[in-house]
Amino acid sequence: MKSTYISAFAVAAVLGGAAQAQDKIQFEYWYGLGGYLGDVVQSTCDRFNESQDTYEITCVGQEGYANAVQNTIAAFRADEHPTLVQAYDAGTADLMMSGEFYSVTKMMDDFDIEIDWDDYFPGIANYYAASTGELFAMPFNSSTPMMYYNIDDLEAAGFDAPPATWEAFEQLLVALEEAQPEKCNYAYAPSTWIDLEQLSMAHNIPVATKNNGYDGLDAEYVYNTTQHVTHMENIKRWHDEGLLELRTSQGGLNARDSFAQNECSLYFGSIAGHQTVHNTASDDMNWDVEMLPIYEGFERHNTVVGGAALWVLSGKTENEYRGAAEYLKFLATPESSIYWSTNTGYIPVNDTAYQAMLEQDFWAEEPYAGREKAIESLTYTEPTELTGGIRLGGFIQARSEWVNEVQAALGGDKTMQEALDTAVERSNAVLRRFERTYRGKELP
Amino acid sequence: MRRAYFRNNWFAALVVAPQLLIIFVFFYWPTSQALYWAFTFEQPWGGGNEWAGFENFRNLLTDDRYWHSIRVSIVYAAGATVLSMSAALILAVFADRQLRGYRAYRIGAIWPYAVAAPAVGLAFRFIFNPSAGVMSYVNEAFPGFWDPILNGDHALIMVMIAGAWKQVAYNFIFFLAGLQAIPRSLIEAGAMDGASILRRMRDIQLPLLAPTFFFVLVININDSFTDSFGIVDTMTAGGPARATNLMVYKIYVDGFRGLDYSGAAAQSIILMLLVIALTVVQFRYIERRVHYT
Repeated sequence: MKSTYISAFAVAAVLGGAAQAQDKIQFEYWYGLGGYLGDVVQSTCDRFNESQDTYEITCVGQEGYANAVQNTIAAFRADEHPTLVQAYDAGTADLMMSGEFYSVTKMMDDFDIEIDWDDYFPGIANYYAASTGELFAMPFNSSTPMMYYNIDDLEAAGFDAPPATWEAFEQLLVALEEAQPEKCNYAYAPSTWIDLEQLSMAHNIPVATKNNGYDGLDAEYVYNTTQHVTHMENIKRWHDEGLLELRTSQGGLNARDSFAQNECSLYFGSIAGHQTVHNTASDDMNWDVEMLPIYEGFERHNTVVGGAALWVLSGKTENEYRGAAEYLKFLATPESSIYWSTNTGYIPVNDTAYQAMLEQDFWAEEPYAGREKAIESLTYTEPTELTGGIRLGGFIQARSEWVNEVQAALGGDKTMQEALDTAVERSNAVLRRFERTYRGKELP
Repeated sequence: MRRAYFRNNWFAALVVAPQLLIIFVFFYWPTSQALYWAFTFEQPWGGGNEWAGFENFRNLLTDDRYWHSIRVSIVYAAGATVLSMSAALILAVFADRQLRGYRAYRIGAIWPYAVAAPAVGLAFRFIFNPSAGVMSYVNEAFPGFWDPILNGDHALIMVMIAGAWKQVAYNFIFFLAGLQAIPRSLIEAGAMDGASILRRMRDIQLPLLAPTFFFVLVININDSFTDSFGIVDTMTAGGPARATNLMVYKIYVDGFRGLDYSGAAAQSIILMLLVIALTVVQFRYIERRVHYT
């Protein structure tokens, strides 16, 4: 018995010595971004570790947003989860309902760290805020969709400026087809994020009732009754008339690379891809980005954020939370923001960083020129009840229902209206399931 | 017949314990968890779950998309199994006849089994790519002939071929071993009686290969229900319009992507029952026609 005590002490002494040797408060952060963008996340961690001696952050890449969330849930159930996790926009409702997080507003308050929450762009903050306006997660990598266009091709088709309306956009497609019959005009891949979510925001039309789910779990999808239907019918017609080409990774080149490699004249994609297009495109390719077109008779509104936010998870020690708070504070500085935006296409998330970058004339020259249009799009109007974001449970499944039905319509199996009706019906079933799983709970 | 047995039951229990433990931890425990989740509404982050009774199953079985997924899985299993078994059998027969260079050929035919499914998927994604791969030449000659991006049938055929290709090597090993276990004297006797190669194959080799054939059939069908995930994920992601949404892939998408743990658990239970049922049917009805001696 005695010898057990002694060896226990010995082990404790060794462990204590090890802790002293490291001498830093350690905490973990799991992120979803992969590839080049993942490397940049890792470098923000290195910068944080170099900037101070008290804390040490260990950043672990999970190769994909969905993986990051899946792995975190698995780890959470085994009580091995990280302090911080980068969770994507579409998973917001699930995380909010779980309640297993430490609101960043509250955390920063608890550790007396001053953050001006009003400084965050409303189009970004609203996406991650409670109904009270309290921000639950720290907005991090933020983007919004843009129209990428090839200036030379547009000029060849007789367009000096990119189209501001979808009606003009169609004329442009026809003109492009005449001017350059060999080249693909518009590289298209079905994307709920662009075709449904952001298009609805920009037109101030609902995706779902209850203000897109913000006002309750009993929301229902209604996008089969809005201008969205007209838009998707246009897409199908353009596809059938050969004015646009489907470009997906499964088919070889995805839409972004088709544009960057000068195979197609137009594509819609996240501003986050701006740097990648720059890296891929040849120097003599003349291109730029513009806000999404708007249908005639509609007034342009703000688009919302895409990307991810940093969530602090429950069940960690105070020291780990302190470390996480310091890291978030570090990320919120204009210097970090500029570092992040310089190395990726993502935009700054708050006004201070934006102003600091304006003063530097950050967007004045290549390769950053054009990225300010994303901020213009995000802040075009104050968010209305319909343009604050989307808070619908099981949204990943709903996105997949939409994609599958749109594929069926483009494949000629059914009309676009039938496809969207089915997608809505099935996505509503997902919502009801979500509501049932969380019966008795309400969105915070 | 004399049988050897342990007098001391405790010792016997001790010897089998590690094996039982492994089976329990890696099979029965997860299965029981899935079973439990299938009858509840499980919240992904924990935090309470409610008893659901058969509601998860009712939801699935009244969902025409789920039945669609079952149909696609069966078509895939049948197609991939027939393709891979017939290809493997032909290859094995040639290797067994010891034609010139058969040694190198035998080793070459075993290799593909060592390739991971996602890698197979990526390779075939290139081969079948309508605009950049090998099939693009066919498309050049006959525009619109091949379009797995929008045509569900094409996508399913593509996934089937990739799945079958991966399985060919495994089947080949068994077929070749089975063929080589057939006594040479039988075949030589047939040859002396003037039976042609095809005749010997039909009347001697194939009947004697039946046990191997049956074993490979069971393994292939089960494999195509449970192990097709990697290929679908890299080649089609279940699309277009769910044309390749195999049951095992749907479980992954609903459970891990969609965080619908209970729905996915219920699907796993159904898949498990289906595979068990298929195996039972095969043993009861097909095995009767197999003679082991």
